[in-house]
Amino acid sequence: MSVQFYLFLLINGLSLGMLLFIIASGLTLVFGVLRVINFAHGSLYMIGAFLAYSLSLLMTGGSLFSFFVMLLVVPPLIAVIGFVLEYTLFRRIYRAEHLLQLLLTYALVLILDDLVRLVWGGDPRNVTRPEFLAGSVSFFGMALPTYNVFILCIGPAIALGLWLMLYRTRAGNLMRATVSYPDTLGALGVNVSWVMTSTFMLGCWLAGLGGVLMSSFANIDLAIGMEKIIECFAVVVIGGLGSVGGALLGSLIIGVGITWLPVLLASVGVQEASRWALVFPYAMMAVVLIVRPWGLFGKPER
Amino acid sequence: MADHVLQIEKLSKSFEGSQVFNNISFAVDQGELSSIIGPNGAGKTTLFNLMTGYHVPDSGRVVFMGKDIAGRQPYDIVRLGIARAFQRTNIFPRMSVLENLVSTVITKNRGNLNVVTPSAKLKSAHERSYEILESVGLADVAHRQSGTLAHGNQKRLDIAVALALEPQLLLLDEPTAGMSPEERWQTVELVQQLWENLKITMLFIEHDMDIVFKISQKVRVLCYRTLLAEGTPEEISSNEQVIEAYLGEEV
Repeated sequence: MSVQFYLFLLINGLSLGMLLFIIASGLTLVFGVLRVINFAHGSLYMIGAFLAYSLSLLMTGGSLFSFFVMLLVVPPLIAVIGFVLEYTLFRRIYRAEHLLQLLLTYALVLILDDLVRLVWGGDPRNVTRPEFLAGSVSFFGMALPTYNVFILCIGPAIALGLWLMLYRTRAGNLMRATVSYPDTLGALGVNVSWVMTSTFMLGCWLAGLGGVLMSSFANIDLAIGMEKIIECFAVVVIGGLGSVGGALLGSLIIGVGITWLPVLLASVGVQEASRWALVFPYAMMAVVLIVRPWGLFGKPER
Repeated sequence: MADHVLQIEKLSKSFEGSQVFNNISFAVDQGELSSIIGPNGAGKTTLFNLMTGYHVPDSGRVVFMGKDIAGRQPYDIVRLGIARAFQRTNIFPRMSVLENLVSTVITKNRGNLNVVTPSAKLKSAHERSYEILESVGLADVAHRQSGTLAHGNQKRLDIAVALALEPQLLLLDEPTAGMSPEERWQTVELVQQLWENLKITMLFIEHDMDIVFKISQKVRVLCYRTLLAEGTPEEISSNEQVIEAYLGEEV
């Protein structure tokens, strides 16, 4: 196969990775500051996608306006849900043992996923892409879906935004100080639990954003939450728990790996290559855990 | 009553059944420099913890500037005007001395929601930080990483950080703990000098009797779950009960 074809796959893989990054960055951010792996993150992302679907029904399908409304409305709504969850549930378990945290977030997965089933049912849905993102752009003789290119641009913008916020603003200072010195911060008159709530809401906002972008990317159904949280978990472990830069690299590795591997394997004659490719995120995670247990960008626990 | 910055009213606290305080009461006057002494385990630090929101009293009130603050969150109490220099130093060890101060000054003056401007660009916060560092004698080590400072200087930094919060009441938990005799007296001088210049109310915990009697206007003795005695250094050093319970025969 031609180089061009691989390039095409590479770009699609990168955009898949960018979508993954937007969701995984929220997961890693929340873990970094709150020290809780929120397995319900995938469910919040799914709710975001379904909310975007419902919202799209209220407006002219495929209009630029409706797309912007979804982008502006849905992520804050998910952040509000996050606020309620953090305020009523999560803040009780920050100092609890991991098992309890796991039980709570997993219980939330079951509850939220069934709520989605109750409200939206089990049928796969999709949201019409806005017209100007619906076509394709030609690039070195390839026709790339405009929407993929769009996501390819959004991802780095989010990464840059997060980096600027974390390392160049005082909000970021507060978040990073909360990671290392929560008690000192409290002694300086900072309401640390509010910093934690805000971080959680930001993480949920990112999940919601991922959901909106996903709703126009592919079909959405009841399985996408679970599917994405597992991928995100792999991404975050590969990149290093709590590291946003690591989440970016991990997402791109997984995104490109998932798109490339089936083709690569098939071209060397492996039977049922796409099924083998499913193993890739977990194999990658296992390798990283063996070679560098704290992840590519993480730091060993002191 | 109006000139009492802090009133402790009938405060009781126990941990897992063992009582630390039983019904203690006292009041701290505006502008006073006073001390709390007592044998190990008398609950001196616990008393500070109760005043600053780290512990919640079982009963009784902690009235600061007319408000009952017992059971409020530590950050809230800091905002109301009680700052505390900790026994264990309480700084960001990997930041420079100046950065520690700047972060504190910004936190204090938080234009509340302006969390977007990078801290390095806030000029007034830098000027204010230098001013405080000069007042505690740390200006020449402003750019050192604070974790690498000598113990005495870390304590000074801790005091500087507490001062940057512009408290009405400054609590110092063993400001001279772990220092050499020379450093001790330098720190004592510093505390007294700051008290004279800033005219804030200071309450400190101290073990060294020479220091306590030299600079306190009032001494309070905690012992056996109660406030054993309260008075001027002269009164305390001649109080029979205190001598018997705590100071020992030879004083």
